[in-house]
Amino acid sequence: MPMAAAEIEQLIRAAIPDAEVTITDLAGDGDHYAARVVSPAFAGLARVRQHQRVYAALGHRMGNELHALQLTTAAPSGDEK
Amino acid sequence: MTDVKARLAELVGKHDVVLFMKGTSLFPQCGFSSRAVAILDHLEVPFETVDVLQDPEIRQGIKEFSDWPTVPQLYVKGEFVGGSDIMMEMFESGELKQLVTAEPT
Repeated sequence: MPMAAAEIEQLIRAAIPDAEVTITDLAGDGDHYAARVVSPAFAGLARVRQHQRVYAALGHRMGNELHALQLTTAAPSGDEK
Repeated sequence: MTDVKARLAELVGKHDVVLFMKGTSLFPQCGFSSRAVAILDHLEVPFETVDVLQDPEIRQGIKEFSDWPTVPQLYVKGEFVGGSDIMMEMFESGELKQLVTAEPT
């Protein structure tokens, strides 16, 4: 079951309130997305932990309804890698 | 669950670079796994792959073991590094090469 981009954005924002979320539908099929999540909450967190925060927000959907999510995360500035 | 954990701990402890993936390095069964293999090939380091499609227990177990919902997953020297997006970022920044080539054993 594909997911709407808005739904993904909403779930991430709900869990990480100050996050700036940019979703791109890569294939136009509602099934392959790229998400860029920028949040002050990520400052000082290792990349793995940042991604885990986003995955936690998406819960069981990740790997099920949501097959492919290319993810990049960062803190607002200075932490861009 | 404890048995799977023990198996996984053994797998990631046995080799320096271990990639949990769908399919094999010659025949990856998913674009993300394929990308992960391509990155490791590029680094020219020896690596072990574990095909999660061959073992449902491992396939489910690794997600809990790493607290990570998707495959592929990379382990270096027993430490969880991340999935293919993180691998790509670290490859581009040179961090991944540094990580896999540090202190050769």
